Amino acid sequence: MATNYETHEYDVLVIGAGGAGLRAAIEASAAGVKVGLICKSLLGKAHTVMAEGGMAAAMGNVDDRDSWKVHFADTMRGGQYVNNWRMAELHAKEAPARVHELEAWGAVFDRTKEGKISQRNFGGHRYPRLAHVGDRTGLELIRTLQDHGIHQGITVFMEYTIVSLLKDGDRVVGAFGYDRERGRFRVFKAKAVVVCTGGLGRAYKVTSNSWEGTGDGVSLAYHAGAELLDMEFIQFHPTGMIWPPSVMGILVTESVRGEGGVLRNKDGKRFMYDDIPENYKSQTSTDPEEGWRYTQNDKNAKRPPELLTRDHVARCINREVKAGRGSPHGGVFLDISWIKEKIPNSAEHIKRKLPSMYHQFMQLANLDITKEPMEIGPTTHYAMGGIRVNAETQATNVPGLFAAGECAAGLHGANRLGGNSLSDLIVFGKRAGEYAAKLAKETSAVTVSDAEIESAYKEAVAPFERAAAGTTEGPYQVQYDLQNMMQKNVGIVRLQNEMEEALAGIGKLKARAAKVAVQGHCEYNPGWHTAIDLKHLLTVSEAITLCAMDRKESRGGHFREDFPNKDPEAQKYNSVISKAADGSMKLRREPNPAIREDLKQVIEEMK
Amino acid sequence: MNKTVTFRIWRGDATGGKFVDYTTEITEGLVVLDVVHKIQAQQANDLAVRWNCKAGKCGSCSAEVNGMPKLMCMTRMDTLDITKPITIEPMRAFPRIRDLATDVSWNFRVKTKIKKFNPRPPDAPDGTWRMMQEDVDRVQEFRKCIECFLCQDVCHVLRDHHKHEEFIGPRFLVYTAALEMHPLDTEDRLPELKQAQGIGFCNITKCCTKVCPEHITITDNAIIPLKERVVDEFYDPFGWLWKKIRPKG
Repeated sequence: MATNYETHEYDVLVIGAGGAGLRAAIEASAAGVKVGLICKSLLGKAHTVMAEGGMAAAMGNVDDRDSWKVHFADTMRGGQYVNNWRMAELHAKEAPARVHELEAWGAVFDRTKEGKISQRNFGGHRYPRLAHVGDRTGLELIRTLQDHGIHQGITVFMEYTIVSLLKDGDRVVGAFGYDRERGRFRVFKAKAVVVCTGGLGRAYKVTSNSWEGTGDGVSLAYHAGAELLDMEFIQFHPTGMIWPPSVMGILVTESVRGEGGVLRNKDGKRFMYDDIPENYKSQTSTDPEEGWRYTQNDKNAKRPPELLTRDHVARCINREVKAGRGSPHGGVFLDISWIKEKIPNSAEHIKRKLPSMYHQFMQLANLDITKEPMEIGPTTHYAMGGIRVNAETQATNVPGLFAAGECAAGLHGANRLGGNSLSDLIVFGKRAGEYAAKLAKETSAVTVSDAEIESAYKEAVAPFERAAAGTTEGPYQVQYDLQNMMQKNVGIVRLQNEMEEALAGIGKLKARAAKVAVQGHCEYNPGWHTAIDLKHLLTVSEAITLCAMDRKESRGGHFREDFPNKDPEAQKYNSVISKAADGSMKLRREPNPAIREDLKQVIEEMK
Repeated sequence: MNKTVTFRIWRGDATGGKFVDYTTEITEGLVVLDVVHKIQAQQANDLAVRWNCKAGKCGSCSAEVNGMPKLMCMTRMDTLDITKPITIEPMRAFPRIRDLATDVSWNFRVKTKIKKFNPRPPDAPDGTWRMMQEDVDRVQEFRKCIECFLCQDVCHVLRDHHKHEEFIGPRFLVYTAALEMHPLDTEDRLPELKQAQGIGFCNITKCCTKVCPEHITITDNAIIPLKERVVDEFYDPFGWLWKKIRPKG
């Protein structure tokens, strides 16, 4: 009975305390409503801390030719025009104000010579655009929001996991979850719920995501009736660590290339010059000397091909490895140490510009990046797809439910530009908080159903009962099998028959997941947490696979060996996933919204 | 080549516990956290351990490895002597929850008591400020902190003398220093530093600086300058006189 559970009531409940969740919570509380904030980890540890390069905002501090229009056009080009154009417009227009607001809350960005916020080059951005703090911008963002947020009267629930969203009819009215420390279940009643749970990289074996990136929010929203959008578009970041094995997947920031780092195969060749896509030819240098000048902020130079979009760079690396031109551990070489030919005291320069990369390689790989090249390879990094939201309000199709950040979809289209994620978090986190608060103010008290809570409870504790009944398979093996299969069959290069195999495999894994058993009790039990995450991982894996099978072309993060080219017809639709009445997952194609005429012109002008 | 290693891990909760030995094979290039995870997956599914980023950026996996406060994700196995059992135990300065997880919520409560950032009015008509890089270098060093709380763990004022109610610890002295030395900040936090936050308890043994995984020079760059400011404010008779008689405005 629900009366057994401690119940908390909020106007707005935010699930997830990374950049988007914190920003949403701050905005909602500033609007004068009562806000609860759920973190899966301790406050300030969310995956946002891993973002390194910076946040994109067309402030024009380093190059005054930049403007929201250029940023908009870059974002659409990077996303290969399946982006939600309205989100791309709002993002480009509002990002500068959101960055300045962080400074007003205490963030300390790197400076230009005039004392303004400095901006750096990044893949796919025409001008230096990323506000940054060395290579730890994500930490600066989350800490600034955290330190501002703790004085706003927000109630923070650290180390809580939500297992289900609660509904009253069509409407989301709260959430049910437990604290990870003690395993005590809690009911959260809320007039509006904002899901900001981040990524789903843990569906893959090699990923830059932490254990938290299990697609919880996407899955919770889906099971509550929300539509998912463009799930086939997964970003494989070109540069993850590959050696030693224990660090496989950990991100090596794009800033290494932004600061002049180059990619080479085992023959020492800069292979990125071999394949420059048509739509980037006019912006890309064919001369290494010019490429170097670009990284040193020469306004007249064009970017080196290492700074092409992530999807393209990742595929080029994949090609080199497959052709037998890879590094000893199955990747390629990323070299920043070569800049000693260009600048005196380069070791100090590298340490100052890329301190955490220097630290990371020294500590984890025993390798000095100022002296030797790194070995890197693609890693599952980011989900462009996710919960479908309204561009203005971040509302989903389910009343009372909002989403923002990586778990939401639309802004990035088929491929996200580096630096557009942190700005996404603050632009749309704010909007989600604002509109959730507005809805909460217009809503009278909500009621939750005891029966629904009871069934969510039973599902959550079932693994213990199965253990008591003698079942032996634990959750870890199912998780490993899923990760291996997704990596192999629905990864960076995709084929119809392999994906069909994966879809059948997901069906079998679902059956196994429904039977896993966990020993012990609810108190801080990682085995149990993994068992609960399995449902989410399987839900998002199924959605990714269905969408990827249906899109018979290659675009952005979605590359099909059997359909290697872009299909202009396929640019006209988005993939939409929904849960059918019988509980099965349904996919439909939906024409993407017609772009406003003036924005169409902006895109044309910037081509 | 595979080698065998024994991890002596503290298992238990707030009411007590004991060390349990787990023997496992390790391969090249592992860190301590990998081995703990392997034991968790294969031998002790319910072993409680916090972790997140596994790259030294989030500060979640703090523990004591052979008695030294460390991030488990940044401690390579090849830096340890594996011919003897390796002890892994939770941080000692905080109440235990279970196994390697401790209750660090005190830290979060302490932070809310420190006055928040309060900037001067913007410098430019568009609402922005101007700051030179050399003026923010010091603050940026402090803002590298990942809140792993290893400095709190090693500080004898907290670890041995349990002055949690009277002393905020190195982490929050660094936090306060970052605010006090922020070029835009206008707040005065010195009275609290002297009184409720107990800066006087620190006798600059520099243990915190030694264990900081971000290599922040906590004692020299943050705590000592704050101590000097407190001294100047409250104990310098000439300074006190000057403040009384200086021309206003």
